Amino acid sequence: MRETKNLTCISCPLGCQLEVVVEDGKIVQIANYSCIRGKEYAEKEVLSPKRTITSILPVAGGDVPMVSVKTSEPIPKAKIGDCMRLLKDLKIVAPIEIGDVILANICDTGSDIVATKRVKRL
Amino acid sequence: MKKDIVIIGGGPAGLSAAVAAHEQGITDILILERENALGGILNQCIHNGFGLHVFKEELTGPEYAQRYIDKIAELKIAAKLGTMVIDITRDLRVIALNETDGVLDIQAKAVVLAMGCRERPRGALNIPGYRPAGVFSAGTAQKYVNIDGYLPGREIVILGSGDIGLIMARRMTLEGAHVKMVCEILPYSGGLKRNIVQCLDDYGIPLRLSHTVTKIHGRERVEGVTVARVDANLKPIATSEEYVTCDTLMLSVGLIPENELSRKAGVALNPTTQGPLVNSHLETSIPGVFACGNVLHVHDLVDYVSEEAALAGKFAADHVKNKDTFGSGIAVSCGTGVRYTVPTTIIPDFNERTTTIRFRVDNVYHNHFVSVFFGGDRMYHKQKRILTPGEMEQVLLPKQWFANQPDTKTIRVMLEEE
Ligand SMILES: Cc1cc2nc3c(=O)[nH]c(=O)nc-3n(C[C@H](O)[C@H](O)[C@H](O)COP(=O)(O)OP(=O)(O)OC[C@H]3O[C@@H](n4cnc5c(N)ncnc54)[C@H](O)[C@@H]3O)c2cc1C
Ligand code: SF4
Repeated sequence: MRETKNLTCISCPLGCQLEVVVEDGKIVQIANYSCIRGKEYAEKEVLSPKRTITSILPVAGGDVPMVSVKTSEPIPKAKIGDCMRLLKDLKIVAPIEIGDVILANICDTGSDIVATKRVKRL
Repeated sequence: MKKDIVIIGGGPAGLSAAVAAHEQGITDILILERENALGGILNQCIHNGFGLHVFKEELTGPEYAQRYIDKIAELKIAAKLGTMVIDITRDLRVIALNETDGVLDIQAKAVVLAMGCRERPRGALNIPGYRPAGVFSAGTAQKYVNIDGYLPGREIVILGSGDIGLIMARRMTLEGAHVKMVCEILPYSGGLKRNIVQCLDDYGIPLRLSHTVTKIHGRERVEGVTVARVDANLKPIATSEEYVTCDTLMLSVGLIPENELSRKAGVALNPTTQGPLVNSHLETSIPGVFACGNVLHVHDLVDYVSEEAALAGKFAADHVKNKDTFGSGIAVSCGTGVRYTVPTTIIPDFNERTTTIRFRVDNVYHNHFVSVFFGGDRMYHKQKRILTPGEMEQVLLPKQWFANQPDTKTIRVMLEEE
């Protein structure tokens, strides 16, 4: 299967419109990049796109009602939906420190959900 | 009460100014913050992307803020929370209110303005229709979602493609809302490329450039909006009108520095930035009053806010120690393509290795040169592949240039085609 993907390089403000041709899961051609960073970006973005996800969770017994969290490492883009669904059911209790692991190895990504805010116990 | 330095606002600008002033040996500092926590707008910016310059790592807003809050605690710098500053006088008296002290009247030797900015309200846009529930500014929506944990709508149209609007498009989508489109009246987005890709493209949210909202429908609650294409003069084209159902219209149409206090105090403002006019010491038209961060001009990167504020804190400390360097300043003017500069006057200062001029351009330019003239002499000339209004630019002027050109009366920053 041959497929052409269009993406915007975000490695600098120029935002080159890259064209990547993929055949059977392999990149066969990258066009329209103006520098090597664009080529590297296209490779990563097409073969294994990853994102850091941030969200909030309700906290019981804290000085604020919600705590913000993030994935400790970027996770595969395809797993974002699953991760968000898992987060919906988490219930946590104060106190919480920045960096506390709230859920380890979420969706088998090797990345943990960690707190990004300090919540004191009331 | 008497204080050496009073800092108004406990966001990243205020905190960084406090730390820098303390490093200069001034310890009698008081930070006044109207919210019940330090950290400013960063507390609601739970996304990551902060701190790459200052800490060389990618942090979320609350994490970035906490680094400075910890530093403030470690240095034992005093802060009063839940305290609203209502007045500053020309002789540096600061009047504030809070529940425990009532009215505070503080005589300062130096004041640092760090009140941040606020969002441009709907009134500034004049969209016809009733005033139904469901019209929010993107920052207000961000506060609802990230601080209070409450989703303000399910079917959303966003007007304006500033970074906050883009960030909120992703945020609302992840929380299960349906963001139908982002309309931008200009032919380009003012937001960062990275945000367009990671907040819109990732989730298949369309960005409609040269489009605006011409009408809001619904009496009690928003039921839909009319969206239209605009012509080259930004006037909506009636035949292109289209009805889009939604329960929420989110506005991300720009930020304005929060300068009611400065205006009342008689601080001269720059009509372009709506922030104070400052010299290269970040001192305003009132001696001893300094400004930094978003109250001075709207920044896109908090790292630059921290950097700028550290300078303001240092110069405020110098002022307290009577170490001001006087002398007539050199006026900085905007040439072709440059919308504004900060500062607008430079006091040649041989203690500082370089003097930074930050500026924004007025349009998108490809392969143009940024030039700096000292009088008639072009001292700096550098080609940039792209310049956009959404990204703040800066040039660093080494102190030798001032030493070598002591008679310079004006400095001009401009764009040149070659
Ligand atoms: C919604 C949003 C998203 C952003 N996203 C990013 C991003 O992704 N990456 C990035 O690097 N930067 C981002 N920024 C920019 C960065 O966060 C800001 O530039 C930075 O927070 C500005 O710092 P500040 O201290 O000047 O203002 P603020 O953080 O706004 O702090 C000002 C403080 O002053 C207080 N105050 C105001 N008036 C008074 C008064 N009269 N009395 C007492 N206190 C007062 C306010 O309560 C507030 O706490 C974003 C900004 C916004 C608004
Ligand atoms: S390809 Fe190179 S020049 Fe083009 S946007 Fe990417 S980094 Fe910038």
